[in-house]
Amino acid sequence: MSDDRAPRPLITRRSLLGAGAVGGLALLSKPSWAETMIDLPLPGGPGERSITTNFPEKGAMVLQRTRAPLLETPFDVFDQGVFTPNDRFYVRWHWPVIPVSVDAETFALKIGGHVNKQLSLSLKDLLKDFPRVELAAVNQCSGNSRGFFEPRVAGGEWANGAMGNALWAGVRLKDILDRARVKSGAVQVRFTGLDQALGAEAPRFVKSLDLDHARDGEVMIAYAMNGEQLPLLNGFPLRLVVPGWFSTYWIKMLDDIEVLDQPDTNFWMKTAYKIPDTPGADMKPGQTGVPMVPISKMVPRSFLTNRQSGDQVAAGAPLLVRGIAFGGDCGVERVDVSTDGGKTWLPTELGKDEGKYGFRQWQANLSPEPGKFSVMVRCTNENDLAQPGTANWNPGGYMRNVIESTDLVAA
Amino acid sequence: MPRCGLLAIVLLGVASMPPAALAEAPLELKSVTIELPFGDKVIPPGPGSDEVSRNCFFCHSAGMLLYQPAMPKSAWIKIIDKMIDVYKAPVAEADIPAIVNYLTGLEAAK
Repeated sequence: MSDDRAPRPLITRRSLLGAGAVGGLALLSKPSWAETMIDLPLPGGPGERSITTNFPEKGAMVLQRTRAPLLETPFDVFDQGVFTPNDRFYVRWHWPVIPVSVDAETFALKIGGHVNKQLSLSLKDLLKDFPRVELAAVNQCSGNSRGFFEPRVAGGEWANGAMGNALWAGVRLKDILDRARVKSGAVQVRFTGLDQALGAEAPRFVKSLDLDHARDGEVMIAYAMNGEQLPLLNGFPLRLVVPGWFSTYWIKMLDDIEVLDQPDTNFWMKTAYKIPDTPGADMKPGQTGVPMVPISKMVPRSFLTNRQSGDQVAAGAPLLVRGIAFGGDCGVERVDVSTDGGKTWLPTELGKDEGKYGFRQWQANLSPEPGKFSVMVRCTNENDLAQPGTANWNPGGYMRNVIESTDLVAA
Repeated sequence: MPRCGLLAIVLLGVASMPPAALAEAPLELKSVTIELPFGDKVIPPGPGSDEVSRNCFFCHSAGMLLYQPAMPKSAWIKIIDKMIDVYKAPVAEADIPAIVNYLTGLEAAK
Protein backbone atom coordinates (compact mmCIF):
# COMPACT_ATOMS: atom_id res chain seq x y z
CA MET A 1 0.00 0.00 0.00
CA SER A 2 2.80 2.38 0.66
CA ASP A 3 4.54 2.21 -2.67
CA ASP A 4 4.08 5.10 -4.99
CA ARG A 5 2.27 4.50 -8.25
CA ALA A 6 3.48 7.72 -9.80
CA PRO A 7 6.74 7.36 -11.69
CA ARG A 8 9.67 9.48 -10.63
CA PRO A 9 11.55 11.18 -13.42
CA LEU A 10 15.09 10.03 -13.17
CA ILE A 11 18.23 10.23 -14.62
CA THR A 12 20.98 10.49 -17.01
CA ARG A 13 22.77 8.00 -19.09
CA ARG A 14 25.62 7.97 -16.61
CA SER A 15 23.52 6.47 -13.84
CA LEU A 16 22.15 4.04 -16.34
CA LEU A 17 25.61 2.83 -17.16
CA GLY A 18 26.50 2.75 -13.51
CA ALA A 19 23.47 0.65 -12.70
CA GLY A 20 24.27 -1.65 -15.58
CA ALA A 21 20.64 -1.51 -16.64
CA VAL A 22 20.45 -3.66 -19.73
CA GLY A 23 17.27 -1.99 -20.88
CA GLY A 24 19.27 1.08 -21.63
CA LEU A 25 21.68 -0.48 -24.09
CA ALA A 26 19.37 0.04 -27.02
CA LEU A 27 18.96 3.62 -25.96
CA LEU A 28 22.68 4.18 -25.79
CA SER A 29 23.16 2.96 -29.31
CA LYS A 30 20.57 5.39 -30.61
CA PRO A 31 21.04 8.73 -28.91
CA SER A 32 18.28 10.43 -30.89
CA TRP A 33 15.68 8.21 -29.29
CA ALA A 34 15.42 9.83 -25.95
CA GLU A 35 17.40 11.94 -23.61
CA THR A 36 15.58 11.05 -20.45
CA MET A 37 14.71 7.96 -18.52
CA ILE A 38 12.01 7.23 -15.99
CA ASP A 39 12.05 4.82 -13.07
CA LEU A 40 8.72 3.06 -12.65
CA PRO A 41 8.48 1.84 -9.03
CA LEU A 42 7.75 -1.76 -9.95
CA PRO A 43 8.41 -4.15 -7.04
CA GLY A 44 11.59 -6.09 -7.67
CA GLY A 45 12.24 -4.19 -10.90
CA PRO A 46 13.35 -3.68 -13.54
CA GLY A 47 11.66 -0.27 -13.61
CA GLU A 48 13.92 1.78 -15.86
CA ARG A 49 12.31 2.84 -19.11
CA SER A 50 13.20 5.45 -21.67
CA ILE A 51 10.96 8.35 -22.56
CA THR A 52 10.54 8.28 -26.30
CA THR A 53 9.38 10.89 -28.79
CA ASN A 54 10.14 8.60 -31.70
CA PHE A 55 6.60 7.51 -32.55
CA PRO A 56 4.47 9.27 -35.18
CA GLU A 57 1.66 11.51 -33.93
CA LYS A 58 2.78 10.88 -30.34
CA GLY A 59 4.53 13.12 -27.85
CA ALA A 60 6.77 12.00 -24.98
CA MET A 61 5.77 8.49 -23.95
CA VAL A 62 7.15 5.78 -21.69
CA LEU A 63 8.63 3.16 -23.99
CA GLN A 64 7.49 -0.28 -22.87
CA ARG A 65 8.12 -1.98 -26.21
CA THR A 66 9.07 -0.66 -29.63
CA ARG A 67 7.53 -3.43 -31.75
CA ALA A 68 4.64 -4.09 -31.55
CA PRO A 69 4.32 -0.70 -29.84
CA LEU A 70 3.51 -0.48 -26.15
CA LEU A 71 3.64 3.17 -25.12
CA GLU A 72 2.58 4.29 -21.66
CA THR A 73 1.23 7.72 -20.73
CA PRO A 74 3.64 9.46 -18.31
CA PHE A 75 1.65 9.88 -15.12
CA ASP A 76 2.04 13.65 -14.82
CA VAL A 77 -0.21 13.98 -17.89
CA PHE A 78 -3.17 12.93 -15.74
CA ASP A 79 -2.74 16.03 -13.55
CA GLN A 80 -3.26 18.31 -16.52
CA GLY A 81 -6.96 17.64 -17.02
CA VAL A 82 -9.60 14.96 -17.32
CA PHE A 83 -9.14 14.54 -21.08
CA THR A 84 -5.94 12.81 -22.11
CA PRO A 85 -4.38 14.53 -25.14
CA ASN A 86 -4.30 12.36 -28.26
CA ASP A 87 -0.53 12.63 -28.56
CA ARG A 88 -0.08 11.38 -24.98
CA PHE A 89 -2.73 8.65 -25.07
CA TYR A 90 -1.29 5.21 -24.38
CA VAL A 91 -0.73 2.74 -27.22
CA ARG A 92 -0.98 -1.04 -27.19
CA TRP A 93 -0.75 -3.43 -30.16
CA HIS A 94 -0.64 -7.22 -30.11
CA TRP A 95 0.89 -7.97 -33.52
CA PRO A 96 3.59 -5.94 -35.28
CA VAL A 97 1.92 -6.04 -38.71
CA ILE A 98 0.22 -2.64 -38.54
CA PRO A 99 -0.64 -0.80 -41.77
CA VAL A 100 1.47 2.35 -41.87
CA SER A 101 -0.74 4.03 -44.43
CA VAL A 102 -4.51 4.49 -44.49
CA ASP A 103 -6.24 6.15 -47.44
CA ALA A 104 -9.25 8.06 -46.14
CA GLU A 105 -10.88 8.03 -49.59
CA THR A 106 -10.77 4.30 -50.27
CA PHE A 107 -11.11 2.93 -46.74
CA ALA A 108 -14.26 0.87 -46.27
CA LEU A 109 -15.98 -0.56 -43.22
CA LYS A 110 -17.60 -3.86 -44.15
CA ILE A 111 -20.60 -5.32 -42.32
CA GLY A 112 -21.56 -8.89 -43.09
CA GLY A 113 -22.28 -12.30 -41.70
CA HIS A 114 -25.73 -13.01 -40.31
CA VAL A 115 -27.39 -9.92 -41.83
CA ASN A 116 -29.96 -9.34 -44.55
CA LYS A 117 -27.96 -6.61 -46.27
CA GLN A 118 -24.18 -6.57 -46.45
CA LEU A 119 -22.72 -3.10 -46.24
CA SER A 120 -19.53 -1.41 -47.28
CA LEU A 121 -19.35 2.09 -45.83
CA SER A 122 -16.81 4.77 -46.67
CA LEU A 123 -15.69 7.31 -44.10
CA LYS A 124 -17.81 9.90 -45.89
CA ASP A 125 -20.84 7.60 -45.58
CA LEU A 126 -20.27 7.35 -41.85
CA LEU A 127 -19.88 11.10 -41.47
CA LYS A 128 -22.93 11.99 -43.59
CA ASP A 129 -25.46 9.19 -43.33
CA PHE A 130 -25.57 8.45 -39.63
CA PRO A 131 -26.29 10.61 -36.56
CA ARG A 132 -23.11 11.80 -34.86
CA VAL A 133 -22.85 10.89 -31.19
CA GLU A 134 -20.31 11.99 -28.59
CA LEU A 135 -19.28 10.34 -25.37
CA ALA A 136 -16.50 10.80 -22.84
CA ALA A 137 -15.09 7.41 -21.89
CA VAL A 138 -12.07 5.93 -20.22
CA ASN A 139 -10.10 3.46 -22.29
CA GLN A 140 -8.05 1.26 -19.98
CA CYS A 141 -5.88 -1.73 -20.82
CA SER A 142 -6.97 -4.91 -19.03
CA GLY A 143 -3.40 -5.17 -17.76
CA ASN A 144 -2.97 -1.56 -16.66
CA SER A 145 -0.77 -1.56 -13.52
CA ARG A 146 0.33 -5.17 -14.12
CA GLY A 147 3.86 -4.24 -13.07
CA PHE A 148 2.63 -3.73 -9.48
CA PHE A 149 1.35 -7.29 -9.08
CA GLU A 150 3.03 -9.24 -6.29
CA PRO A 151 4.16 -11.86 -7.01
CA ARG A 152 4.96 -10.38 -10.38
CA VAL A 153 3.45 -11.84 -13.55
CA ALA A 154 4.68 -11.90 -17.15
CA GLY A 155 3.33 -9.50 -19.77
CA GLY A 156 3.46 -5.83 -20.59
CA GLU A 157 4.94 -4.42 -17.39
CA TRP A 158 2.83 -1.29 -17.16
CA ALA A 159 2.72 1.16 -14.29
CA ASN A 160 -0.58 3.07 -14.03
CA GLY A 161 -0.45 4.86 -17.38
CA ALA A 162 -2.10 2.31 -19.68
CA MET A 163 -5.33 4.30 -19.51
CA GLY A 164 -6.75 7.52 -20.86
CA ASN A 165 -9.98 9.44 -21.21
CA ALA A 166 -11.17 10.99 -24.46
CA LEU A 167 -14.24 12.61 -25.89
CA TRP A 168 -15.13 10.13 -28.61
CA ALA A 169 -17.29 11.11 -31.58
CA GLY A 170 -18.71 8.76 -34.15
CA VAL A 171 -21.76 6.69 -34.94
CA ARG A 172 -23.75 4.23 -32.88
CA LEU A 173 -22.96 0.62 -33.66
CA LYS A 174 -26.70 0.01 -33.31
CA ASP A 175 -27.43 2.33 -36.24
CA ILE A 176 -24.99 0.43 -38.45
CA LEU A 177 -26.38 -2.95 -37.46
CA ASP A 178 -29.95 -1.75 -38.02
CA ARG A 179 -28.99 -0.57 -41.52
CA ALA A 180 -27.63 -4.06 -42.23
CA ARG A 181 -30.75 -5.68 -40.72
CA VAL A 182 -29.49 -8.39 -38.41
CA LYS A 183 -31.11 -11.76 -39.08
CA SER A 184 -32.95 -13.64 -36.37
CA GLY A 185 -30.73 -16.18 -34.67
CA ALA A 186 -27.76 -13.82 -34.43
CA VAL A 187 -25.98 -14.00 -31.06
CA GLN A 188 -22.71 -12.07 -31.25
CA VAL A 189 -20.90 -9.47 -33.32
CA ARG A 190 -17.21 -9.88 -34.16
CA PHE A 191 -14.83 -7.00 -34.80
CA THR A 192 -11.63 -7.09 -36.83
CA GLY A 193 -9.12 -4.34 -37.58
CA LEU A 194 -6.57 -3.82 -40.33
CA ASP A 195 -3.68 -5.24 -38.30
CA GLN A 196 -2.55 -8.75 -39.21
CA ALA A 197 -1.06 -11.62 -37.29
CA LEU A 198 2.43 -12.81 -38.18
CA GLY A 199 1.83 -15.76 -40.45
CA ALA A 200 -1.37 -17.36 -41.68
CA GLU A 201 -1.52 -19.85 -38.81
CA ALA A 202 -1.32 -17.31 -36.00
CA PRO A 203 -4.53 -15.96 -34.45
CA ARG A 204 -5.52 -12.52 -35.71
CA PHE A 205 -6.59 -10.18 -32.96
CA VAL A 206 -10.38 -10.16 -33.10
CA LYS A 207 -12.98 -9.66 -30.37
CA SER A 208 -16.72 -10.12 -30.08
CA LEU A 209 -19.60 -8.67 -28.10
CA ASP A 210 -22.99 -10.20 -27.41
CA LEU A 211 -25.60 -8.88 -29.83
CA ASP A 212 -27.64 -7.16 -27.11
CA HIS A 213 -24.54 -5.34 -25.91
CA ALA A 214 -23.59 -4.36 -29.45
CA ARG A 215 -27.07 -2.91 -29.94
CA ASP A 216 -27.35 -1.09 -26.60
CA GLY A 217 -26.99 2.32 -28.26
CA GLU A 218 -23.87 3.18 -26.28
CA VAL A 219 -21.29 1.07 -28.09
CA MET A 220 -20.02 3.26 -30.89
CA ILE A 221 -17.67 3.43 -33.82
CA ALA A 222 -15.49 6.47 -33.23
CA TYR A 223 -13.96 8.52 -36.03
CA ALA A 224 -12.85 11.31 -33.72
CA MET A 225 -11.05 11.53 -30.43
CA ASN A 226 -10.97 14.83 -28.55
CA GLY A 227 -12.28 16.63 -31.64
CA GLU A 228 -9.68 15.31 -34.07
CA GLN A 229 -9.15 12.21 -36.13
CA LEU A 230 -7.49 9.41 -34.19
CA PRO A 231 -3.72 9.01 -34.28
CA LEU A 232 -2.97 5.95 -36.40
CA LEU A 233 -1.46 4.20 -33.39
CA ASN A 234 -4.73 4.73 -31.50
CA GLY A 235 -6.74 3.21 -34.32
CA PHE A 236 -7.21 5.65 -37.23
CA PRO A 237 -9.59 5.81 -38.97
CA LEU A 238 -12.16 3.97 -36.83
CA ARG A 239 -12.12 2.51 -33.37
CA LEU A 240 -14.78 0.58 -31.53
CA VAL A 241 -15.71 2.31 -28.25
CA VAL A 242 -17.19 0.04 -25.59
CA PRO A 243 -18.03 2.37 -22.69
CA GLY A 244 -17.25 0.94 -19.27
CA TRP A 245 -15.47 -2.12 -20.66
CA PHE A 246 -11.76 -2.82 -20.76
CA SER A 247 -9.89 -1.81 -23.88
CA THR A 248 -9.35 -5.31 -25.21
CA TYR A 249 -12.77 -4.93 -26.89
CA TRP A 250 -12.02 -1.50 -28.37
CA ILE A 251 -10.77 -2.80 -31.73
CA LYS A 252 -8.48 -0.33 -33.50
CA MET A 253 -8.48 0.35 -37.26
CA LEU A 254 -11.87 -1.34 -37.31
CA ASP A 255 -12.73 -2.37 -40.87
CA ASP A 256 -14.81 -5.52 -40.52
CA ILE A 257 -17.95 -6.29 -38.53
CA GLU A 258 -19.33 -9.80 -38.73
CA VAL A 259 -22.63 -10.80 -37.18
CA LEU A 260 -22.38 -14.35 -35.83
CA ASP A 261 -25.09 -16.93 -35.33
CA GLN A 262 -22.90 -18.83 -32.88
CA PRO A 263 -20.74 -17.71 -29.96
CA ASP A 264 -17.22 -16.72 -30.99
CA THR A 265 -14.68 -19.33 -29.94
CA ASN A 266 -11.56 -17.70 -31.34
CA PHE A 267 -8.41 -17.67 -29.17
CA TRP A 268 -8.79 -14.03 -28.06
CA MET A 269 -12.27 -14.67 -26.71
CA LYS A 270 -12.03 -18.25 -25.49
CA THR A 271 -8.53 -18.45 -24.05
CA ALA A 272 -6.93 -15.02 -23.71
CA TYR A 273 -8.02 -12.16 -21.45
CA LYS A 274 -9.61 -14.43 -18.86
CA ILE A 275 -10.01 -13.48 -15.21
CA PRO A 276 -11.03 -15.47 -12.15
CA ASP A 277 -14.80 -15.51 -11.74
CA THR A 278 -14.42 -14.19 -8.18
CA PRO A 279 -15.05 -10.81 -6.51
CA GLY A 280 -12.39 -8.39 -7.76
CA ALA A 281 -10.92 -11.03 -10.09
CA ASP A 282 -8.85 -12.20 -7.14
CA MET A 283 -7.26 -15.57 -6.49
CA LYS A 284 -4.19 -16.94 -4.77
CA PRO A 285 -0.96 -17.60 -6.64
CA GLY A 286 -0.85 -21.29 -7.48
CA GLN A 287 -4.53 -21.81 -6.70
CA THR A 288 -6.11 -24.36 -9.04
CA GLY A 289 -9.65 -25.06 -10.16
CA VAL A 290 -10.66 -21.41 -10.24
CA PRO A 291 -13.37 -20.81 -12.84
CA MET A 292 -12.22 -18.28 -15.42
CA VAL A 293 -14.37 -15.89 -17.46
CA PRO A 294 -13.62 -13.28 -20.14
CA ILE A 295 -12.71 -9.90 -18.69
CA SER A 296 -15.44 -7.33 -19.30
CA LYS A 297 -16.56 -4.38 -17.14
CA MET A 298 -14.13 -2.00 -15.51
CA VAL A 299 -14.10 -1.28 -11.78
CA PRO A 300 -13.57 2.01 -9.91
CA ARG A 301 -10.12 3.57 -9.55
CA SER A 302 -8.71 6.85 -8.28
CA PHE A 303 -5.29 8.47 -8.22
CA LEU A 304 -3.62 11.44 -6.61
CA THR A 305 -1.95 13.38 -9.41
CA ASN A 306 -0.44 16.59 -8.02
CA ARG A 307 1.99 15.02 -5.53
CA GLN A 308 4.33 12.07 -5.73
CA SER A 309 5.55 9.76 -3.02
CA GLY A 310 8.55 11.28 -1.31
CA ASP A 311 7.42 14.87 -1.85
CA GLN A 312 7.96 17.32 0.98
CA VAL A 313 5.10 19.68 1.83
CA ALA A 314 4.68 22.57 4.27
CA ALA A 315 3.48 21.57 7.74
CA GLY A 316 0.61 23.55 9.22
CA ALA A 317 -0.34 25.10 5.88
CA PRO A 318 -3.31 24.15 3.68
CA LEU A 319 -2.31 21.42 1.26
CA LEU A 320 -4.39 21.03 -1.88
CA VAL A 321 -4.43 17.46 -3.10
CA ARG A 322 -6.18 16.56 -6.31
CA GLY A 323 -6.43 13.79 -8.80
CA ILE A 324 -8.68 11.78 -11.08
CA ALA A 325 -11.17 9.00 -10.54
CA PHE A 326 -13.48 6.89 -12.63
CA GLY A 327 -16.32 4.58 -11.68
CA GLY A 328 -15.61 1.81 -14.20
CA ASP A 329 -18.91 0.73 -15.73
CA CYS A 330 -20.85 3.61 -14.13
CA GLY A 331 -20.24 7.08 -12.76
CA VAL A 332 -18.29 8.25 -9.71
CA GLU A 333 -20.48 8.53 -6.61
CA ARG A 334 -17.75 9.92 -4.36
CA VAL A 335 -14.04 10.06 -3.76
CA ASP A 336 -12.70 10.04 -0.20
CA VAL A 337 -9.21 10.53 1.19
CA SER A 338 -7.61 9.22 4.35
CA THR A 339 -4.43 10.30 6.07
CA ASP A 340 -4.65 7.83 8.97
CA GLY A 341 -4.21 4.56 7.15
CA GLY A 342 -7.88 4.20 6.27
CA LYS A 343 -9.36 4.58 9.77
CA THR A 344 -11.24 7.74 8.85
CA TRP A 345 -12.17 9.06 5.43
CA LEU A 346 -12.82 12.64 4.36
CA PRO A 347 -15.01 13.51 1.38
CA THR A 348 -13.46 15.36 -1.53
CA GLU A 349 -14.95 17.90 -3.90
CA LEU A 350 -15.69 16.52 -7.34
CA GLY A 351 -15.05 18.46 -10.54
CA LYS A 352 -17.42 18.86 -13.46
CA ASP A 353 -19.18 15.71 -14.60
CA GLU A 354 -18.27 15.18 -18.27
CA GLY A 355 -20.14 11.90 -18.47
CA LYS A 356 -20.36 8.80 -16.33
CA TYR A 357 -17.74 6.81 -18.25
CA GLY A 358 -15.02 9.46 -18.13
CA PHE A 359 -12.42 10.66 -15.65
CA ARG A 360 -13.72 12.91 -12.89
CA GLN A 361 -11.41 15.28 -11.10
CA TRP A 362 -11.45 15.41 -7.30
CA GLN A 363 -9.71 17.69 -4.82
CA ALA A 364 -9.42 18.25 -1.10
CA ASN A 365 -7.59 20.51 1.30
CA LEU A 366 -5.49 18.91 3.99
CA SER A 367 -3.66 20.47 6.96
CA PRO A 368 -0.69 18.22 7.50
CA GLU A 369 1.04 18.09 10.89
CA PRO A 370 4.82 17.81 10.88
CA GLY A 371 6.09 14.34 10.02
CA LYS A 372 5.48 11.55 7.57
CA PHE A 373 1.99 10.72 6.38
CA SER A 374 0.27 8.89 3.57
CA VAL A 375 -2.67 10.05 1.49
CA MET A 376 -4.99 7.23 0.49
CA VAL A 377 -7.65 7.84 -2.17
CA ARG A 378 -10.77 5.74 -2.57
CA CYS A 379 -13.41 5.96 -5.28
CA THR A 380 -16.91 4.59 -4.73
CA ASN A 381 -18.97 4.26 -7.90
CA GLU A 382 -22.68 4.80 -8.49
CA ASN A 383 -23.30 1.08 -8.01
CA ASP A 384 -21.84 1.47 -4.50
CA LEU A 385 -18.72 -0.48 -5.42
CA ALA A 386 -15.65 0.90 -3.64
CA GLN A 387 -11.98 0.25 -4.33
CA PRO A 388 -10.61 -2.54 -2.13
CA GLY A 389 -7.98 -2.06 0.55
CA THR A 390 -5.92 -5.01 -0.60
CA ALA A 391 -4.64 -5.69 -4.09
CA ASN A 392 -6.10 -8.47 -6.20
CA TRP A 393 -3.95 -11.10 -7.87
CA ASN A 394 -4.46 -13.26 -10.93
CA PRO A 395 -2.00 -14.82 -13.39
CA GLY A 396 -2.88 -12.44 -16.24
CA GLY A 397 -2.19 -9.33 -14.20
CA TYR A 398 -5.67 -7.97 -14.92
CA MET A 399 -8.11 -5.54 -13.33
CA ARG A 400 -5.98 -4.05 -10.57
CA ASN A 401 -7.90 -1.39 -8.65
CA VAL A 402 -6.54 -1.37 -5.10
CA ILE A 403 -6.70 1.90 -3.11
CA GLU A 404 -3.61 3.93 -4.01
CA SER A 405 -1.45 5.58 -1.36
CA THR A 406 1.06 8.42 -1.66
CA ASP A 407 3.71 8.95 1.04
CA LEU A 408 4.49 12.57 1.91
CA VAL A 409 6.57 14.40 4.50
CA ALA A 410 5.37 17.63 6.12
CA ALA A 411 8.07 19.90 7.52
CA MET B 1 -10.53 36.82 -1.51
CA PRO B 2 -8.60 33.75 -0.37
CA ARG B 3 -6.03 33.00 -3.05
CA CYS B 4 -6.02 29.33 -2.37
CA GLY B 5 -9.73 28.95 -3.14
CA LEU B 6 -9.45 30.90 -6.36
CA LEU B 7 -6.59 28.73 -7.55
CA ALA B 8 -8.60 25.60 -6.92
CA ILE B 9 -11.53 26.89 -8.96
CA VAL B 10 -9.29 27.79 -11.86
CA LEU B 11 -7.65 24.38 -11.84
CA LEU B 12 -10.95 22.54 -11.97
CA GLY B 13 -12.16 24.85 -14.71
CA VAL B 14 -9.20 24.16 -16.96
CA ALA B 15 -9.29 20.46 -16.33
CA SER B 16 -12.90 20.05 -17.28
CA MET B 17 -12.89 21.95 -20.57
CA PRO B 18 -14.13 19.51 -23.22
CA PRO B 19 -11.63 19.51 -26.07
CA ALA B 20 -14.22 19.03 -28.82
CA ALA B 21 -16.00 22.21 -27.80
CA LEU B 22 -13.06 23.95 -29.42
CA ALA B 23 -13.53 22.13 -32.72
CA GLU B 24 -16.80 23.34 -34.17
CA ALA B 25 -15.74 22.95 -37.80
CA PRO B 26 -16.98 19.79 -39.55
CA LEU B 27 -14.53 16.98 -39.22
CA GLU B 28 -12.59 16.03 -42.31
CA LEU B 29 -10.69 12.77 -42.11
CA LYS B 30 -7.34 12.90 -43.88
CA SER B 31 -5.20 10.04 -45.11
CA VAL B 32 -2.25 9.16 -42.92
CA THR B 33 1.11 7.61 -43.64
CA ILE B 34 3.57 6.98 -40.84
CA GLU B 35 6.84 5.22 -40.22
CA LEU B 36 7.28 2.99 -37.23
CA PRO B 37 10.59 2.35 -35.50
CA PHE B 38 11.72 -1.25 -35.72
CA GLY B 39 13.59 -1.46 -32.43
CA ASP B 40 17.11 -2.55 -31.73
CA LYS B 41 18.01 -6.15 -31.28
CA VAL B 42 20.44 -5.29 -28.53
CA ILE B 43 20.52 -7.60 -25.55
CA PRO B 44 23.42 -8.24 -23.16
CA PRO B 45 25.82 -10.67 -24.83
CA GLY B 46 26.33 -14.05 -23.22
CA PRO B 47 25.55 -17.73 -23.66
CA GLY B 48 22.26 -17.95 -25.53
CA SER B 49 22.09 -14.32 -26.67
CA ASP B 50 22.58 -15.32 -30.31
CA GLU B 51 19.78 -17.86 -30.08
CA VAL B 52 17.48 -15.28 -28.50
CA SER B 53 18.37 -12.69 -31.15
CA ARG B 54 17.69 -14.97 -34.10
CA ASN B 55 14.47 -16.50 -32.76
CA CYS B 56 12.65 -13.93 -30.66
CA PHE B 57 12.94 -10.62 -32.47
CA PHE B 58 11.01 -11.61 -35.56
CA CYS B 59 7.78 -10.91 -33.68
CA HIS B 60 8.80 -8.31 -31.09
CA SER B 61 11.61 -6.00 -30.08
CA ALA B 62 14.05 -6.69 -27.24
CA GLY B 63 12.29 -4.55 -24.63
CA MET B 64 9.57 -7.18 -24.25
CA LEU B 65 11.92 -9.61 -22.59
CA LEU B 66 14.33 -7.15 -21.00
CA TYR B 67 11.52 -5.60 -18.97
CA GLN B 68 10.08 -8.84 -17.61
CA PRO B 69 10.45 -9.48 -13.88
CA ALA B 70 12.74 -12.26 -12.68
CA MET B 71 11.03 -15.55 -13.38
CA PRO B 72 11.99 -19.18 -12.73
CA LYS B 73 12.97 -21.48 -15.57
CA SER B 74 9.57 -23.20 -15.50
CA ALA B 75 7.81 -19.89 -16.17
CA TRP B 76 10.05 -19.09 -19.14
CA ILE B 77 9.48 -22.55 -20.59
CA LYS B 78 5.72 -21.95 -20.42
CA ILE B 79 6.11 -18.58 -22.12
CA ILE B 80 8.23 -19.98 -24.95
CA ASP B 81 5.81 -22.88 -25.41
CA LYS B 82 2.98 -20.35 -25.69
CA MET B 83 4.91 -18.32 -28.27
CA ILE B 84 5.35 -21.45 -30.39
CA ASP B 85 2.02 -23.22 -29.83
CA VAL B 86 -0.38 -20.27 -29.74
CA TYR B 87 1.35 -17.50 -31.66
CA LYS B 88 3.13 -19.84 -34.10
CA ALA B 89 6.51 -18.23 -33.53
CA PRO B 90 9.11 -19.81 -35.85
CA VAL B 91 11.51 -20.86 -33.10
CA ALA B 92 14.16 -23.48 -33.92
CA GLU B 93 13.66 -26.38 -31.55
CA ALA B 94 17.40 -26.88 -31.09
CA ASP B 95 17.72 -23.30 -29.83
CA ILE B 96 15.08 -23.58 -27.11
CA PRO B 97 17.31 -24.78 -24.21
CA ALA B 98 19.78 -21.95 -24.79
CA ILE B 99 16.94 -19.40 -24.99
CA VAL B 100 15.39 -20.67 -21.74
CA ASN B 101 18.72 -20.54 -19.92
CA TYR B 102 19.50 -17.07 -21.20
CA LEU B 103 16.12 -15.65 -20.17
CA THR B 104 16.18 -17.33 -16.78
CA GLY B 105 19.57 -15.80 -16.06
CA LEU B 106 18.68 -12.41 -17.46
CA GLU B 107 17.55 -10.83 -14.20
CA ALA B 108 20.64 -12.02 -12.39
CA ALA B 109 22.79 -10.53 -15.15
CA LYS B 110 21.36 -7.09 -14.51
